[in-house]
Amino acid sequence: MEDDAPVIYGLEFQARALTPQTAETDAIRFLVGTQSLKYDNQVHVIDFDDENNIINKTVLLHQAGEIWHISASPADRGVLATCYSQAADSKVVTCAAVWRMPAELEPGSQESPEDAASPAHALELLCLLEPAARGSTACVAWEPAGDGKRVVSLADSHILLWDLEGSSSQATLASSASLEGKGQLKFTTGRWSPHHNCSQVATANDTAIRGWDTRTMSQIYCIESAHGQLVRDLDFNPNKQYYLASCGDDCKVKFWDTRNVAEPVKTLEEHSHWVWNVRYNHSHDQLVLTGSSDSRVILSNMVSISSEPFGHLVDDDDLSDQEERRLEEKSQEPPQDSVIATYEEHEDSVYAVDWSSADPWLFASLSYDGRLVINRVPRALKYHILL
Amino acid sequence: MAAAAAAPGPGSRPGDSPEGPEAEAPERRRKAHGMLKLYYGLSEGEAAGRPSGPDPLDPTDLNGAHFDPEVYLDKLRRECPLAQLMDSETDMVRQIRALDSDMQTLVYENYNKFISATDTIRKMKNDFRKMEDEMDRLATNMAVITDFSARISATLQDRHERITKLAGVHALLRKLQFLFELPSRLTKCVELGAYGQAVRYQGRARAVLQQYQHLPSFRAIQDDCQVITARLAQQLRQRFREGGSGAPEQAECVELLLALGEPAEELCEEFLAHARGRLEEELRSLEAELGPSPPAPDVLEFTDHGGSGFVGGLCQVAAAYQELFAAQGPAGAEKLAAFARELGSRYFALVERRLAQEQGSGDNSLLVRALDRFHRRLRAPGALLAAAGLAEAATEIVERVARERLGHHLQGLQAAFLGSLTDVRQALAAPRIAGKEGPGLAELLANVASSILSHIKASLASVHLFTAKEVSFSNKPYFRGEFCSQGVRESLIVGFIRSMCQTAQSFCDSPGEKGGATPPALLLLLSRLCLDYETATISYILTLTDEQFLVQDQSPVTPVSTLCAEARETARRLLTHYVKVQGLVISQMLRKSVETRDWLSTLEPRNVRAVMKRVVEDTTAIDVQVGLLYEEGVRKAQSSDSSKRTFSVYSSSRQQGRYAPSYTPSAPMDTNLLSNIQKLFSERIDVFSPVEFNKVSVLTGIIKISLKTLLECVRLRTFGRFGLQQVQVDCHFLQLYLWRFVADEELVHLLLDEVVASAALRCPDPVPMEPSVVEVICERG
Repeated sequence: MEDDAPVIYGLEFQARALTPQTAETDAIRFLVGTQSLKYDNQVHVIDFDDENNIINKTVLLHQAGEIWHISASPADRGVLATCYSQAADSKVVTCAAVWRMPAELEPGSQESPEDAASPAHALELLCLLEPAARGSTACVAWEPAGDGKRVVSLADSHILLWDLEGSSSQATLASSASLEGKGQLKFTTGRWSPHHNCSQVATANDTAIRGWDTRTMSQIYCIESAHGQLVRDLDFNPNKQYYLASCGDDCKVKFWDTRNVAEPVKTLEEHSHWVWNVRYNHSHDQLVLTGSSDSRVILSNMVSISSEPFGHLVDDDDLSDQEERRLEEKSQEPPQDSVIATYEEHEDSVYAVDWSSADPWLFASLSYDGRLVINRVPRALKYHILL
Repeated sequence: MAAAAAAPGPGSRPGDSPEGPEAEAPERRRKAHGMLKLYYGLSEGEAAGRPSGPDPLDPTDLNGAHFDPEVYLDKLRRECPLAQLMDSETDMVRQIRALDSDMQTLVYENYNKFISATDTIRKMKNDFRKMEDEMDRLATNMAVITDFSARISATLQDRHERITKLAGVHALLRKLQFLFELPSRLTKCVELGAYGQAVRYQGRARAVLQQYQHLPSFRAIQDDCQVITARLAQQLRQRFREGGSGAPEQAECVELLLALGEPAEELCEEFLAHARGRLEEELRSLEAELGPSPPAPDVLEFTDHGGSGFVGGLCQVAAAYQELFAAQGPAGAEKLAAFARELGSRYFALVERRLAQEQGSGDNSLLVRALDRFHRRLRAPGALLAAAGLAEAATEIVERVARERLGHHLQGLQAAFLGSLTDVRQALAAPRIAGKEGPGLAELLANVASSILSHIKASLASVHLFTAKEVSFSNKPYFRGEFCSQGVRESLIVGFIRSMCQTAQSFCDSPGEKGGATPPALLLLLSRLCLDYETATISYILTLTDEQFLVQDQSPVTPVSTLCAEARETARRLLTHYVKVQGLVISQMLRKSVETRDWLSTLEPRNVRAVMKRVVEDTTAIDVQVGLLYEEGVRKAQSSDSSKRTFSVYSSSRQQGRYAPSYTPSAPMDTNLLSNIQKLFSERIDVFSPVEFNKVSVLTGIIKISLKTLLECVRLRTFGRFGLQQVQVDCHFLQLYLWRFVADEELVHLLLDEVVASAALRCPDPVPMEPSVVEVICERG
């Protein structure tokens, strides 16, 4: 059972932003936003043909500025949000906007490589998520299970909840809250919890993680000094409603139970530099992916705190033979948390990793030098989880 | 005759030569015997007498049985020269003459003996004739005596019978009189208090009265006796119950009561109840000594009291009981054992309470002496009452106390360790004289190490008292084996070293991850301490322990190597943590400096920014600090012109190739090719990598962390032209001063290159500064 070699794709520009096309569940598709100060920035739509191991890409122009964060609508394949920075009057301002991809890129229309080469297509601006004088937007998060109508954006010390109307062409500020405290507080990142009817959002600022209730826009929990240094990313366990993973500049990945935030449930310390990204697999939450500026991507198997702590449970009725029973017993040894694999294809800091929304065994990672690597979960492990 | 010399050798020469007259007398006698025997044909005697002699069948042997004169002569004539023949002839003549005289002597001696024998026989014949007459007379006399005796017997017959009968009647009458007098005697005895006498009388009469109780007169006596006996028993009991008298008197009472036939069961219950009362009183007095708060007498006195009062009493009771109620059999013994067990356990509880009060004190010798007395005292009842298990329980208590003592010492050691750490903290926190940056770090380390070592030694010495020869329990198997190996070595020494490592490690995991809680110098010091332990101290301490406590136990013990590995691991973790903390301090400084500045609208650089100078200063300080405790370490060969290097590369072609992306999607890799190739040849930098135990490695780690932070922060910003130039200047400055600290200066170059490259990339208008200008600014700054 040899594993497929990773597929590598190089972008011309530096890049930090990566997201799977969340609404797409058939094709393996990732969106990558580039960072260039001198040239027009792009959003690369990268299609991965799993059977032939071929990458098809479509380049869309994003002329507004360099992209710091990108997120795709969970409902509409054509809609995405970016956080981008604009240099204006010797000042850099980071804004957020919702965009629509050109119609011909909608599924069904097969782009030929020659077409993709022409940079003619540009994203169509739907609306800005930018109330005046609210500072730089760090992150935009879509309501995970909704119809793509609700978005949270984090601007400096404000958390803003938007309602998108008229097929996302108009954004109205539904409610907002802001951090209060000493000094200049600034959100670094946020995630929308898929549980509790999508009423919770977690945000990070400096070393603290905070949970918010979107209905009242009030803080529901706070993990002060969750990490020794800056918290870089968060992710909710898709199958266990109170579990939250975080990572940060102390090289650690921590897993929290938001009902008891005094101590992390588990701490990983595998990276040798800041961990920029942590992602749960959407279907098998024992698989946790982390990307770090030590240029490594690490896939961990966190069985003990996953929703399937004892592996795949088989009913006893299915087993008649003694032999099978013994087999079963053997496989019922308590599984251990372990690092499954360390991927070292990158040569620069990895700022983004994410799982494909279509294939749960596939993930992409993006390093600063513009290298996108698509990897698969090792087959042996895949079969172990499935069988 | 002696001519055998020729053939059989000198050893066989017959010893009848005249040269040895006295010494060879027995030999000669035997020789004569031999010849007589030979004469009578007893050749085997000859053979036996001369085991090593020549072949008896040899016809040439003069003394042989088969001597043939012809053969002999023939042989002589044939073999010997004339002179020898002449010699042997004279020799032979002489021998013949000697034999003749021998023979004459023998015959004369035997003749004399024969004559005296004849005389003796004649005398005997006379004597026997006289004796025969006397025997005849004796026989007649005996017949007369027999006759007389028969007549006397016949005469005395009936008188003898009468006397016998009279004697019987007399005895019976005396018994009867005794019986009739019995009640009054008993009464008198009871009145006089001669209970023993009374009981003896009663015992003598009881059986008779029992037997003849159908006769009315006897019946009356018996009734009287019974009444008196009952009174006697009552009095005895009374005396017994009053209990004022000591244990021996009580024992006497019980003995008498038993003789009176009182039920033994009840008596032994009562006896034990009384004993219990007495012993409980002892226990109460002991308990009073325990006191509510201040234990008035010291523990030695306490155990003395307990030993003489309670244990002595228990011994007496047990001895008396066993003497009195031996007839009770196993049930009685069981009762006594239960009694002893119960009271013993109460006593032990008291002793344990007292000993528990002693736990806090540091004086081991007193405690050991007290324990010794306690244990010694309990040996006697232990031997007396094996079933009660007192000795075992006592040993158990001693063992428990010893164990607790070990625990106490372990705690003491830990406390001492923490105390010395606190001292170090205070010393570190104390305001320093300017210019003397942490001069005492090595001294502090030495202080800590020596104070810990002396504490360990003190603990070992005081624990050693438990195994001293003169202590009564030191030869128990526990103290010979488990105490030494598991107790002292494992739980005390190994346990302490482990806990020390853990305490040290806890500084790495402390919640104050920002490094605020633990001063970095302490981390450094602890790391060095652990390392020293790994290299020498652990094995020294363990050897010391093994020597003092000759470990005979075969149970597995933690090997030195495991402990050393643990200590090394701790040292490594501490040092790594130190690197992280110090790296973080510098990182924060750099991060703040990058994040808070407005890089787009900055002015043309004139100076190196102050923060960079600060970074260099701090790094130097750290270098000094680490240098106090750790060796220099190895670094790669340096190029002499390293400080001269500038960032000229970025204005050259390389930058063009790297940062001018082309829109040729057909070859997306090409644009990054150069940078990728460059990276292929440089090793991946593990930023937070484990450090080695030397200064260079530590400094390298700190600088790596700091520069990587700088890189990541630069990448998050956007720079104006002058911003880029400022970064260039800063990086060159760092280059100038940081290379000397690290193992591989290439590393600093690489990281700083990366920083400047990233800054250039984050600049919409990258116009780098002239290298010469950069140099001038740096030199000026």
